[in-house]
Amino acid sequence: MTRHLSRRDWLASLAAASVASIIPDWAASQARSAILTRPIPSSGESLPVVGLGSWVTFNVGEDRAARDACAEVMRAFFQEGGRLIDSSPMYGSSQEVIGYGLQKLNHPTQLFAADKVWISGGARGPAQIEESRKHWTVPRFDLLQVHNALDWEEHLPTLSAMKSAGRVRYVGVTTSEGRRHAEIEKILRSQPMDFVQVTYNIVDREVEERILPLARERRVAVIINRPFQRGALIDRFGKAPLPPWAADFDCKSWPQFLLKFIVSHPAVTCAIPATSRVDHVRENLGAAYGRLPDEATRARMAAYVEKL
Amino acid sequence: MSEWWTYTLQDFLMFSPRTYFRMFELYNREIWPAQIAAILLGFAVLFLLRRPTAAGSRVVCAALAACWLWVAVAFHIHRYTGIFTAAVYIGAAFVLEAVLFFIEGVLAGRLLFVPASRTARRAGLAIFLLALALYPIIGPILGRPWRQMQLFGVAPDPTAVATLALLLLIQGRARWELWIVPILWCAVSAATLGAMKAPDAWILIALAGVAAALAIRESLRRRRSGAVVPGVVPASRAN
Repeated sequence: MTRHLSRRDWLASLAAASVASIIPDWAASQARSAILTRPIPSSGESLPVVGLGSWVTFNVGEDRAARDACAEVMRAFFQEGGRLIDSSPMYGSSQEVIGYGLQKLNHPTQLFAADKVWISGGARGPAQIEESRKHWTVPRFDLLQVHNALDWEEHLPTLSAMKSAGRVRYVGVTTSEGRRHAEIEKILRSQPMDFVQVTYNIVDREVEERILPLARERRVAVIINRPFQRGALIDRFGKAPLPPWAADFDCKSWPQFLLKFIVSHPAVTCAIPATSRVDHVRENLGAAYGRLPDEATRARMAAYVEKL
Repeated sequence: MSEWWTYTLQDFLMFSPRTYFRMFELYNREIWPAQIAAILLGFAVLFLLRRPTAAGSRVVCAALAACWLWVAVAFHIHRYTGIFTAAVYIGAAFVLEAVLFFIEGVLAGRLLFVPASRTARRAGLAIFLLALALYPIIGPILGRPWRQMQLFGVAPDPTAVATLALLLLIQGRARWELWIVPILWCAVSAATLGAMKAPDAWILIALAGVAAALAIRESLRRRRSGAVVPGVVPASRAN
């Protein structure tokens, strides 16, 4: 038997179809727990524990296809709930590539824009920051850091003045590869700031001794760079099997294993792995969901990789 | 730079191997058909080296000056600087090399391509031929696309290697001032390739190393024999 659809039937079936098309996404998002976040101690604002770095991976110059690929990485990053993207004037064309991606994605509102000042002499800082801002195509940065603590005595007052004037929300200092830790410690002890950025991973753990406890004591948020030792840790451990107990903290891959180790440290706010691949950024963001290892499990993780 | 001893080559590498080699693909697309002119120029230089004359040597120097200037502007300053900010300074060094070839070889006519020994001649021509013919196929042999090939005259590595080969063929005392930029570039480029774990690094080191070692050997040999060889030889004597 056939029958013609009345207007009411047609509208009802359209509504049903619409609901049916939404339900799977909605159900999936409900099935997945919320992204893990940590508060920025100085404000209480929450940040997802995994961000996105841009060193090397986003320095693709004028290559249009590669810029589009980076924009897709950013799209996937935001889709997975990411917020903090980090760059620097030292990273070649990375800032411009981020700006290109942000324009292509219509400037996602959840962006937390973190950049750096990296220039000798405090007087030249504001011009470099303004140039960086134009590359990013953002009205202002959320976070400005003194890159590698270069001339921090001159740059930090400038950044603090910008913060007071509402031209940036947070200020900080960075280092990498375990360098200048004594100086970072001195800055942490003596300067008011919101963020510190250091290298920390399951192998390079020097910051656990002094920097991380001090940052916690001083209520400073911590960003972690080189979480995979520039990919070397994945090359080194990737062929070994994940321990079966990794499933106990919702870990499905080595990148997630390495990231969950980092972000489960109570002083860490956010890790910033860099990638130029969409599948990798999704995998990395996966570490920001589900359970995190407790202290005993962290010790077990470190012992496990030590034997590999 | 504090704690300089903690830095490795990797710390200075600002781009991925994929980005670096794709840069040559985009560059080759942008400058087409300049590659044809560069290949013809390479073989013209080879032809002129068969029977060197003062006039021919001037033409070879003019060709080298043009190649170094082209690579300085079109490659380093216009293209490479997009992913490596210090490339602008490298471009300036390449301009300096072009100027030196122009002043010494074209204006002053002090460079004559008549090698002092058979070894220098054979090695010089062999390295020049390798720069001309081997360099374009290194990438494809290593599994990279043809579109990323690096050619003498338009890409820096084969241009530097070919220049070192030609410097081996110069009559009289070694013109060390002309060796500085190509040798430094070979060192920088080999370090870059090495940091990217690209086997091309070893080819560059081998070719530049052999050329430099032979130049030093020739220089010592000349010094030991005590021969005073004038830097400029009339065209009639060269023939």
